[in-house]
Amino acid sequence: MREIKYNDIVNVIKNMIVQCGTVLPKDAYKAIKDAYENEKSQVSKEVLAQLLENADIAKNEQRPLCQDTGLAVFFVNIGDDVRVVGGNIRDAINEATEQGYKEAYLRASTCEPFSRANLKDTIGYNLPAIVHFDIVPGDKLDISYAAKGGGSENVSRAKVFPPAAGRQGIINYVKEVISDGGGNPCPPLTVGVGIGGTFEKACISSKHALFRDIGSTNEDDEMAKLEQEIKDELNKLGIGAMGMGGTQTVLAVHIESNPCHIASLPVSVNVQCHSSRHSHITI
Amino acid sequence: MSKTYKLTTPLNEKQTRELKVGDIVLLSGKLFTARDAAHKKLTDLIAQGKQLPFDIKGSVIYFVGPTPAKPGEPIGSAGPTTSYRMDSYSPTMIANGSLGMIGKGKRNQAVKDACKKYGAIYFGATGGAGALLGKKIKSSKIIAYPELGPEAVREIEVEDFPVTVINDSYGDDLYQIGREQYEVFE
Repeated sequence: MREIKYNDIVNVIKNMIVQCGTVLPKDAYKAIKDAYENEKSQVSKEVLAQLLENADIAKNEQRPLCQDTGLAVFFVNIGDDVRVVGGNIRDAINEATEQGYKEAYLRASTCEPFSRANLKDTIGYNLPAIVHFDIVPGDKLDISYAAKGGGSENVSRAKVFPPAAGRQGIINYVKEVISDGGGNPCPPLTVGVGIGGTFEKACISSKHALFRDIGSTNEDDEMAKLEQEIKDELNKLGIGAMGMGGTQTVLAVHIESNPCHIASLPVSVNVQCHSSRHSHITI
Repeated sequence: MSKTYKLTTPLNEKQTRELKVGDIVLLSGKLFTARDAAHKKLTDLIAQGKQLPFDIKGSVIYFVGPTPAKPGEPIGSAGPTTSYRMDSYSPTMIANGSLGMIGKGKRNQAVKDACKKYGAIYFGATGGAGALLGKKIKSSKIIAYPELGPEAVREIEVEDFPVTVINDSYGDDLYQIGREQYEVFE
Protein backbone atom coordinates (compact mmCIF):
# COMPACT_ATOMS: atom_id res chain seq x y z
CA MET A 1 0.00 0.00 0.00
CA ARG A 2 1.48 3.36 -1.04
CA GLU A 3 1.23 6.09 1.58
CA ILE A 4 0.62 9.72 0.60
CA LYS A 5 0.92 12.40 3.25
CA TYR A 6 -2.01 14.69 4.06
CA ASN A 7 0.25 17.76 3.96
CA ASP A 8 1.62 16.89 0.54
CA ILE A 9 -1.92 16.73 -0.83
CA VAL A 10 -2.73 20.11 0.73
CA ASN A 11 0.35 21.72 -0.84
CA VAL A 12 -0.22 20.27 -4.31
CA ILE A 13 -3.87 21.33 -4.42
CA LYS A 14 -3.18 24.76 -2.97
CA ASN A 15 -0.69 25.41 -5.76
CA MET A 16 -3.22 24.29 -8.37
CA ILE A 17 -5.73 26.80 -7.01
CA VAL A 18 -3.27 29.69 -6.85
CA GLN A 19 -2.01 28.96 -10.37
CA CYS A 20 -5.49 28.60 -11.89
CA GLY A 21 -6.69 31.86 -10.34
CA THR A 22 -4.18 33.96 -12.21
CA VAL A 23 -2.83 31.97 -15.18
CA LEU A 24 -5.16 30.95 -17.97
CA PRO A 25 -4.30 27.36 -18.99
CA LYS A 26 -2.45 27.08 -22.32
CA ASP A 27 -5.31 25.26 -24.07
CA ALA A 28 -7.80 27.99 -23.15
CA TYR A 29 -5.43 30.79 -24.13
CA LYS A 30 -4.74 29.18 -27.51
CA ALA A 31 -8.46 28.62 -28.13
CA ILE A 32 -9.22 32.31 -27.50
CA LYS A 33 -6.35 33.32 -29.74
CA ASP A 34 -7.70 31.09 -32.53
CA ALA A 35 -11.16 32.56 -32.02
CA TYR A 36 -9.67 36.05 -32.28
CA GLU A 37 -8.08 35.16 -35.60
CA ASN A 38 -11.26 33.59 -37.00
CA GLU A 39 -13.84 36.08 -35.72
CA LYS A 40 -15.62 38.06 -38.45
CA SER A 41 -17.26 40.67 -36.23
CA GLN A 42 -15.08 43.65 -35.37
CA VAL A 43 -16.88 44.21 -32.04
CA SER A 44 -16.41 40.60 -30.93
CA LYS A 45 -12.81 40.67 -32.12
CA GLU A 46 -12.22 43.66 -29.86
CA VAL A 47 -13.66 41.70 -26.90
CA LEU A 48 -11.40 38.73 -27.66
CA ALA A 49 -8.39 41.05 -27.83
CA GLN A 50 -9.34 42.37 -24.37
CA LEU A 51 -9.53 38.80 -23.05
CA LEU A 52 -6.01 38.03 -24.29
CA GLU A 53 -4.70 41.28 -22.81
CA ASN A 54 -6.51 40.45 -19.57
CA ALA A 55 -4.85 37.01 -19.43
CA ASP A 56 -1.44 38.62 -19.96
CA ILE A 57 -2.00 41.19 -17.20
CA ALA A 58 -3.30 38.53 -14.81
CA LYS A 59 -0.28 36.30 -15.42
CA ASN A 60 2.36 39.03 -15.28
CA GLU A 61 0.95 40.79 -12.23
CA GLN A 62 -0.54 37.80 -10.39
CA ARG A 63 -4.04 39.25 -10.47
CA PRO A 64 -7.13 37.03 -10.57
CA LEU A 65 -8.23 36.55 -14.21
CA CYS A 66 -11.82 37.26 -13.24
CA GLN A 67 -13.50 38.56 -10.09
CA ASP A 68 -15.64 35.41 -10.12
CA THR A 69 -13.01 33.00 -8.91
CA GLY A 70 -15.66 30.34 -8.72
CA LEU A 71 -16.52 27.49 -6.47
CA ALA A 72 -13.65 25.02 -6.20
CA VAL A 73 -14.69 21.83 -8.03
CA PHE A 74 -12.65 18.61 -7.93
CA PHE A 75 -12.69 15.18 -9.51
CA VAL A 76 -10.45 12.93 -7.45
CA ASN A 77 -9.57 9.38 -8.49
CA ILE A 78 -8.07 7.43 -5.63
CA GLY A 79 -6.01 4.37 -6.52
CA ASP A 80 -7.10 1.34 -4.48
CA ASP A 81 -3.46 0.87 -3.41
CA VAL A 82 -3.24 4.38 -1.93
CA ARG A 83 -3.56 5.25 1.73
CA VAL A 84 -3.68 8.87 2.88
CA VAL A 85 -1.79 9.32 6.14
CA GLY A 86 -1.99 12.19 8.60
CA GLY A 87 -5.59 13.08 7.94
CA ASN A 88 -8.70 12.66 5.82
CA ILE A 89 -8.51 13.41 2.09
CA ARG A 90 -11.67 15.53 2.02
CA ASP A 91 -10.28 17.65 4.85
CA ALA A 92 -7.04 18.05 2.89
CA ILE A 93 -8.97 19.32 -0.16
CA ASN A 94 -10.94 21.78 1.95
CA GLU A 95 -7.87 23.01 3.78
CA ALA A 96 -6.05 23.53 0.47
CA THR A 97 -9.06 25.39 -0.94
CA GLU A 98 -9.21 27.75 2.01
CA GLN A 99 -5.45 28.38 1.96
CA GLY A 100 -5.24 28.77 -1.83
CA TYR A 101 -8.16 31.19 -2.08
CA LYS A 102 -6.75 33.31 0.75
CA GLU A 103 -3.16 33.29 -0.48
CA ALA A 104 -4.03 34.36 -4.03
CA TYR A 105 -6.63 36.96 -2.92
CA LEU A 106 -9.39 35.05 -4.70
CA ARG A 107 -13.01 35.83 -3.89
CA ALA A 108 -14.96 33.67 -1.46
CA SER A 109 -18.19 33.16 -3.42
CA THR A 110 -19.85 30.43 -1.36
CA CYS A 111 -23.05 31.35 0.44
CA GLU A 112 -25.91 29.72 2.32
CA PRO A 113 -28.76 29.30 -0.20
CA PHE A 114 -31.57 30.87 1.83
CA SER A 115 -29.99 33.67 3.85
CA ARG A 116 -27.39 34.18 1.06
CA ALA A 117 -24.90 34.78 3.88
CA ASN A 118 -21.30 34.44 2.76
CA LEU A 119 -19.91 31.31 4.37
CA LYS A 120 -16.41 32.74 4.76
CA ASP A 121 -17.51 34.14 8.10
CA THR A 122 -18.88 30.91 9.50
CA ILE A 123 -17.26 27.74 8.30
CA GLY A 124 -14.32 28.84 6.18
CA TYR A 125 -13.17 30.69 3.11
CA ASN A 126 -15.02 29.54 -0.02
CA LEU A 127 -15.88 26.21 1.58
CA PRO A 128 -16.97 23.55 1.20
CA ALA A 129 -15.23 22.55 -2.01
CA ILE A 130 -17.35 20.46 -4.40
CA VAL A 131 -15.62 17.06 -4.62
CA HIS A 132 -16.44 14.01 -6.77
CA PHE A 133 -14.50 10.94 -5.63
CA ASP A 134 -13.93 7.74 -7.51
CA ILE A 135 -11.94 4.60 -6.70
CA VAL A 136 -9.67 3.35 -9.50
CA PRO A 137 -7.06 0.58 -9.77
CA GLY A 138 -3.46 1.53 -8.97
CA ASP A 139 -1.31 3.42 -6.48
CA LYS A 140 -1.78 6.97 -7.76
CA LEU A 141 -3.89 9.90 -6.67
CA ASP A 142 -5.34 11.71 -9.65
CA ILE A 143 -6.69 15.23 -9.04
CA SER A 144 -8.55 17.46 -11.49
CA TYR A 145 -9.49 20.95 -10.41
CA ALA A 146 -11.58 23.76 -11.89
CA ALA A 147 -12.60 27.17 -10.59
CA LYS A 148 -16.23 27.17 -11.73
CA GLY A 149 -17.88 30.56 -12.18
CA GLY A 150 -21.54 31.28 -11.48
CA GLY A 151 -22.59 33.06 -14.68
CA SER A 152 -22.01 30.05 -16.91
CA GLU A 153 -23.37 27.64 -14.30
CA ASN A 154 -26.62 29.66 -14.25
CA VAL A 155 -27.49 28.84 -17.87
CA SER A 156 -26.67 25.12 -17.53
CA ARG A 157 -29.58 22.67 -17.75
CA ALA A 158 -30.51 18.99 -17.68
CA LYS A 159 -33.48 17.04 -18.97
CA VAL A 160 -34.44 13.39 -19.28
CA PHE A 161 -35.82 12.79 -22.78
CA PRO A 162 -37.73 9.77 -24.05
CA PRO A 163 -35.44 7.58 -26.21
CA ALA A 164 -37.34 8.69 -29.34
CA ALA A 165 -35.72 12.13 -29.05
CA GLY A 166 -32.52 10.49 -30.32
CA ARG A 167 -29.40 12.13 -31.70
CA GLN A 168 -31.28 15.08 -33.24
CA GLY A 169 -33.10 15.67 -29.95
CA ILE A 170 -29.75 16.00 -28.19
CA ILE A 171 -28.44 18.48 -30.78
CA ASN A 172 -31.62 20.57 -30.57
CA TYR A 173 -31.48 20.66 -26.78
CA VAL A 174 -27.87 21.86 -26.66
CA LYS A 175 -28.75 24.54 -29.24
CA GLU A 176 -31.72 25.66 -27.17
CA VAL A 177 -29.63 25.97 -23.98
CA ILE A 178 -26.84 27.96 -25.65
CA SER A 179 -29.24 30.12 -27.64
CA ASP A 180 -31.24 31.05 -24.53
CA GLY A 181 -28.06 31.81 -22.60
CA GLY A 182 -26.91 34.39 -25.18
CA GLY A 183 -24.10 36.54 -23.82
CA ASN A 184 -24.86 35.77 -20.15
CA PRO A 185 -22.43 32.84 -19.66
CA CYS A 186 -19.48 34.86 -21.09
CA PRO A 187 -18.88 33.30 -24.51
CA PRO A 188 -16.86 32.00 -26.30
CA LEU A 189 -17.79 28.88 -24.36
CA THR A 190 -16.77 25.34 -23.69
CA VAL A 191 -19.92 23.21 -23.65
CA GLY A 192 -19.93 19.99 -21.63
CA VAL A 193 -22.62 17.52 -22.68
CA GLY A 194 -23.39 14.52 -20.48
CA ILE A 195 -25.49 11.90 -22.19
CA GLY A 196 -27.08 8.78 -20.73
CA GLY A 197 -26.60 7.21 -17.33
CA THR A 198 -29.17 8.36 -14.81
CA PHE A 199 -30.26 11.94 -14.14
CA GLU A 200 -27.34 12.70 -11.82
CA LYS A 201 -24.84 10.67 -13.86
CA ALA A 202 -25.59 12.81 -16.93
CA CYS A 203 -25.07 15.99 -14.86
CA ILE A 204 -21.76 14.84 -13.39
CA SER A 205 -20.57 13.67 -16.83
CA SER A 206 -21.35 17.08 -18.31
CA LYS A 207 -19.26 18.70 -15.56
CA HIS A 208 -16.42 16.20 -16.00
CA ALA A 209 -16.40 16.86 -19.76
CA LEU A 210 -15.40 20.48 -19.06
CA PHE A 211 -12.11 19.31 -17.52
CA ARG A 212 -10.86 17.95 -20.84
CA ASP A 213 -8.33 20.14 -22.64
CA ILE A 214 -9.86 22.40 -25.27
CA GLY A 215 -8.70 21.25 -28.67
CA SER A 216 -8.37 17.59 -27.65
CA THR A 217 -10.23 14.96 -29.67
CA ASN A 218 -12.82 12.61 -28.20
CA GLU A 219 -11.47 9.04 -28.15
CA ASP A 220 -14.78 7.76 -29.50
CA ASP A 221 -15.03 8.52 -33.24
CA GLU A 222 -18.82 8.84 -33.23
CA MET A 223 -18.71 11.25 -30.29
CA ALA A 224 -15.89 13.24 -31.94
CA LYS A 225 -18.14 13.63 -35.00
CA LEU A 226 -21.09 14.69 -32.87
CA GLU A 227 -18.93 17.22 -31.01
CA GLN A 228 -17.88 18.87 -34.27
CA GLU A 229 -21.44 18.84 -35.60
CA ILE A 230 -22.83 20.50 -32.46
CA LYS A 231 -19.98 23.03 -32.38
CA ASP A 232 -20.70 24.06 -35.98
CA GLU A 233 -24.42 24.37 -35.21
CA LEU A 234 -23.75 26.51 -32.11
CA ASN A 235 -21.43 28.84 -34.00
CA LYS A 236 -24.26 29.53 -36.45
CA LEU A 237 -26.28 31.09 -33.60
CA GLY A 238 -24.39 34.36 -34.12
CA ILE A 239 -23.98 35.10 -30.40
CA GLY A 240 -20.26 35.95 -30.55
CA ALA A 241 -17.91 37.02 -27.77
CA MET A 242 -19.85 38.32 -24.75
CA GLY A 243 -23.03 38.19 -26.89
CA MET A 244 -21.97 41.12 -29.08
CA GLY A 245 -22.74 39.17 -32.26
CA GLY A 246 -20.20 37.09 -34.14
CA THR A 247 -19.06 33.79 -35.51
CA GLN A 248 -17.06 32.47 -32.52
CA THR A 249 -19.61 31.53 -29.85
CA VAL A 250 -18.15 28.18 -28.85
CA LEU A 251 -14.52 27.12 -28.42
CA ALA A 252 -15.31 23.44 -27.97
CA VAL A 253 -18.05 20.90 -27.32
CA HIS A 254 -17.04 17.99 -25.08
CA ILE A 255 -19.31 14.95 -24.83
CA GLU A 256 -19.32 12.11 -22.32
CA SER A 257 -21.76 9.31 -23.06
CA ASN A 258 -22.87 6.53 -20.69
CA PRO A 259 -25.12 3.48 -20.97
CA CYS A 260 -28.62 4.33 -19.74
CA HIS A 261 -32.04 2.86 -18.92
CA ILE A 262 -34.04 1.44 -21.84
CA ALA A 263 -36.78 3.97 -21.00
CA SER A 264 -34.72 7.14 -20.89
CA LEU A 265 -32.27 9.47 -22.57
CA PRO A 266 -30.84 11.85 -19.96
CA VAL A 267 -29.02 14.88 -21.36
CA SER A 268 -27.16 17.50 -19.34
CA VAL A 269 -25.54 20.64 -20.68
CA ASN A 270 -22.95 22.25 -18.42
CA VAL A 271 -21.56 25.52 -19.70
CA GLN A 272 -18.08 26.92 -19.08
CA CYS A 273 -17.15 30.55 -19.75
CA HIS A 274 -14.14 31.60 -21.86
CA SER A 275 -12.02 31.67 -18.70
CA SER A 276 -11.70 27.87 -18.46
CA ARG A 277 -9.53 27.66 -15.36
CA HIS A 278 -8.77 23.98 -14.96
CA SER A 279 -5.78 21.81 -14.16
CA HIS A 280 -4.86 18.19 -13.58
CA ILE A 281 -2.15 16.47 -11.57
CA THR A 282 -1.20 12.92 -10.63
CA ILE A 283 0.53 12.24 -7.34
CA MET B 1 -21.08 53.78 -37.33
CA SER B 2 -20.19 53.55 -33.67
CA LYS B 3 -18.49 56.50 -31.99
CA THR B 4 -16.14 56.76 -29.05
CA TYR B 5 -16.94 59.16 -26.21
CA LYS B 6 -15.11 60.23 -23.08
CA LEU B 7 -17.54 61.00 -20.29
CA THR B 8 -17.17 61.92 -16.63
CA THR B 9 -19.78 61.02 -14.03
CA PRO B 10 -22.29 62.10 -12.84
CA LEU B 11 -23.95 61.97 -16.26
CA ASN B 12 -26.75 64.21 -17.50
CA GLU B 13 -29.60 63.41 -19.87
CA LYS B 14 -28.19 65.58 -22.63
CA GLN B 15 -25.10 63.35 -22.70
CA THR B 16 -26.94 60.06 -22.44
CA ARG B 17 -29.46 60.91 -25.18
CA GLU B 18 -26.55 61.30 -27.59
CA LEU B 19 -25.37 57.73 -27.08
CA LYS B 20 -26.40 54.96 -29.48
CA VAL B 21 -25.96 51.18 -29.29
CA GLY B 22 -22.45 50.08 -30.20
CA ASP B 23 -20.86 53.35 -29.10
CA ILE B 24 -17.77 52.95 -26.95
CA VAL B 25 -17.51 55.12 -23.85
CA LEU B 26 -14.46 55.68 -21.69
CA LEU B 27 -15.89 56.57 -18.32
CA SER B 28 -14.06 58.56 -15.66
CA GLY B 29 -15.16 59.76 -12.23
CA LYS B 30 -17.16 58.00 -9.53
CA LEU B 31 -19.12 54.79 -9.98
CA PHE B 32 -21.13 53.00 -7.31
CA THR B 33 -20.98 49.22 -7.06
CA ALA B 34 -24.01 47.09 -6.22
CA ARG B 35 -25.14 43.51 -6.88
CA ASP B 36 -28.37 41.66 -6.03
CA ALA B 37 -28.27 41.96 -2.23
CA ALA B 38 -27.33 45.67 -2.24
CA HIS B 39 -29.98 46.48 -4.86
CA LYS B 40 -32.62 44.97 -2.62
CA LYS B 41 -31.50 47.14 0.29
CA LEU B 42 -31.24 50.29 -1.85
CA THR B 43 -34.68 49.89 -3.40
CA ASP B 44 -36.13 49.15 0.06
CA LEU B 45 -34.74 52.51 1.24
CA ILE B 46 -36.34 54.23 -1.77
CA ALA B 47 -39.69 52.55 -1.01
CA GLN B 48 -39.47 53.78 2.58
CA GLY B 49 -38.61 57.31 1.43
CA LYS B 50 -35.25 57.15 3.23
CA GLN B 51 -31.95 58.62 2.08
CA LEU B 52 -29.60 56.53 -0.04
CA PRO B 53 -25.92 56.14 0.90
CA PHE B 54 -24.91 58.06 -2.28
CA ASP B 55 -26.35 60.71 -4.58
CA ILE B 56 -28.36 58.76 -7.15
CA LYS B 57 -28.85 61.70 -9.58
CA GLY B 58 -26.87 61.03 -12.74
CA SER B 59 -25.13 58.11 -11.05
CA VAL B 60 -23.71 55.08 -12.83
CA ILE B 61 -24.10 51.76 -11.00
CA TYR B 62 -21.54 49.04 -11.64
CA PHE B 63 -22.73 45.45 -11.10
CA VAL B 64 -19.58 43.95 -9.61
CA GLY B 65 -18.31 41.96 -6.65
CA PRO B 66 -14.52 42.40 -6.74
CA THR B 67 -11.88 40.05 -5.42
CA PRO B 68 -10.13 41.19 -2.21
CA ALA B 69 -7.53 43.93 -2.72
CA LYS B 70 -3.90 42.98 -2.28
CA PRO B 71 -2.03 45.13 0.25
CA GLY B 72 -1.31 48.56 -1.21
CA GLU B 73 -3.85 48.24 -4.05
CA PRO B 74 -7.28 49.92 -4.17
CA ILE B 75 -9.19 46.86 -5.35
CA GLY B 76 -8.72 43.36 -6.78
CA SER B 77 -10.07 42.05 -10.07
CA ALA B 78 -13.34 43.72 -10.90
CA GLY B 79 -15.23 42.71 -14.04
CA PRO B 80 -19.02 42.86 -14.47
CA THR B 81 -21.48 40.27 -13.19
CA THR B 82 -24.57 39.10 -15.12
CA SER B 83 -27.13 41.90 -15.12
CA TYR B 84 -30.51 40.16 -15.43
CA ARG B 85 -30.44 39.49 -11.69
CA MET B 86 -30.82 43.27 -11.21
CA ASP B 87 -33.74 43.56 -13.68
CA SER B 88 -36.35 43.75 -10.94
CA TYR B 89 -34.54 46.63 -9.21
CA SER B 90 -33.04 48.73 -12.02
CA PRO B 91 -36.28 50.48 -13.16
CA THR B 92 -36.69 51.88 -9.61
CA MET B 93 -33.08 53.09 -9.56
CA ILE B 94 -33.55 54.73 -12.97
CA ALA B 95 -36.87 56.36 -12.02
CA ASN B 96 -35.05 57.92 -9.07
CA GLY B 97 -32.32 59.51 -11.16
CA SER B 98 -29.65 56.94 -11.97
CA LEU B 99 -28.58 57.34 -15.62
CA GLY B 100 -26.29 54.39 -16.16
CA MET B 101 -25.65 50.74 -15.36
CA ILE B 102 -22.59 48.65 -16.18
CA GLY B 103 -22.89 44.87 -16.38
CA LYS B 104 -22.98 42.01 -18.86
CA GLY B 105 -25.79 40.07 -20.51
CA LYS B 106 -29.27 40.95 -21.66
CA ARG B 107 -31.88 43.02 -19.78
CA ASN B 108 -35.64 42.64 -19.72
CA GLN B 109 -38.22 44.89 -21.37
CA ALA B 110 -38.97 46.80 -18.15
CA VAL B 111 -35.34 47.94 -17.93
CA LYS B 112 -35.27 48.89 -21.63
CA ASP B 113 -38.52 50.85 -21.18
CA ALA B 114 -37.09 52.71 -18.19
CA CYS B 115 -33.96 53.58 -20.22
CA LYS B 116 -36.20 55.01 -22.94
CA LYS B 117 -38.39 56.98 -20.58
CA TYR B 118 -35.66 58.50 -18.40
CA GLY B 119 -32.72 58.60 -20.81
CA ALA B 120 -30.68 55.96 -18.99
CA ILE B 121 -28.04 53.73 -20.61
CA TYR B 122 -27.12 50.11 -20.05
CA PHE B 123 -23.41 49.69 -20.69
CA GLY B 124 -21.64 46.37 -21.18
CA ALA B 125 -18.13 45.76 -19.91
CA THR B 126 -16.16 42.67 -20.91
CA GLY B 127 -17.03 39.80 -18.60
CA GLY B 128 -13.98 37.85 -17.49
CA ALA B 129 -11.63 40.78 -18.05
CA GLY B 130 -11.46 41.40 -14.32
CA ALA B 131 -7.70 41.95 -14.12
CA LEU B 132 -7.74 44.51 -16.92
CA LEU B 133 -10.82 46.35 -15.61
CA GLY B 134 -9.58 46.30 -12.00
CA LYS B 135 -6.54 48.28 -13.13
CA LYS B 136 -8.80 51.10 -14.36
CA ILE B 137 -10.04 51.63 -10.81
CA LYS B 138 -7.95 54.21 -8.99
CA SER B 139 -9.61 54.21 -5.57
CA SER B 140 -12.30 52.31 -3.73
CA LYS B 141 -14.10 52.71 -0.42
CA ILE B 142 -17.04 50.84 1.09
CA ILE B 143 -19.86 53.31 1.73
CA ALA B 144 -22.64 50.92 2.78
CA TYR B 145 -23.42 47.34 3.84
CA PRO B 146 -19.89 46.10 4.67
CA GLU B 147 -21.55 42.93 6.02
CA LEU B 148 -22.27 41.91 2.41
CA GLY B 149 -18.57 41.30 1.78
CA PRO B 150 -17.91 41.34 -2.00
CA GLU B 151 -21.50 42.59 -2.43
CA ALA B 152 -21.03 45.75 -0.31
CA VAL B 153 -21.72 49.15 -1.91
CA ARG B 154 -18.45 50.80 -2.90
CA GLU B 155 -17.68 54.23 -4.27
CA ILE B 156 -14.95 53.70 -6.84
CA GLU B 157 -13.01 56.23 -8.87
CA VAL B 158 -12.29 55.14 -12.45
CA GLU B 159 -10.22 56.49 -15.31
CA ASP B 160 -11.07 55.69 -18.93
CA PHE B 161 -13.07 52.64 -17.90
CA PRO B 162 -14.02 50.97 -21.24
CA VAL B 163 -17.70 50.18 -21.79
CA THR B 164 -19.99 49.65 -24.78
CA VAL B 165 -23.57 50.91 -25.11
CA ILE B 166 -25.78 47.79 -25.10
CA ASN B 167 -29.18 49.45 -24.53
CA ASP B 168 -29.53 53.08 -25.49
CA SER B 169 -32.41 55.41 -24.67
CA TYR B 170 -34.17 54.73 -27.98
CA GLY B 171 -35.08 51.10 -27.33
CA ASP B 172 -32.28 49.51 -29.33
CA ASP B 173 -30.35 46.46 -28.13
CA LEU B 174 -26.81 45.68 -29.30
CA TYR B 175 -27.11 41.98 -28.40
CA GLN B 176 -30.13 41.64 -30.70
CA ILE B 177 -28.65 43.69 -33.54
CA GLY B 178 -25.24 41.98 -33.29
CA ARG B 179 -26.68 38.50 -33.26
CA GLU B 180 -29.08 39.13 -36.17
CA GLN B 181 -26.08 40.13 -38.26
CA TYR B 182 -24.26 36.82 -37.72
CA GLU B 183 -26.99 34.22 -37.17
CA VAL B 184 -27.05 31.63 -39.97
CA PHE B 185 -30.45 30.20 -40.89
CA GLU B 186 -30.85 27.12 -43.04
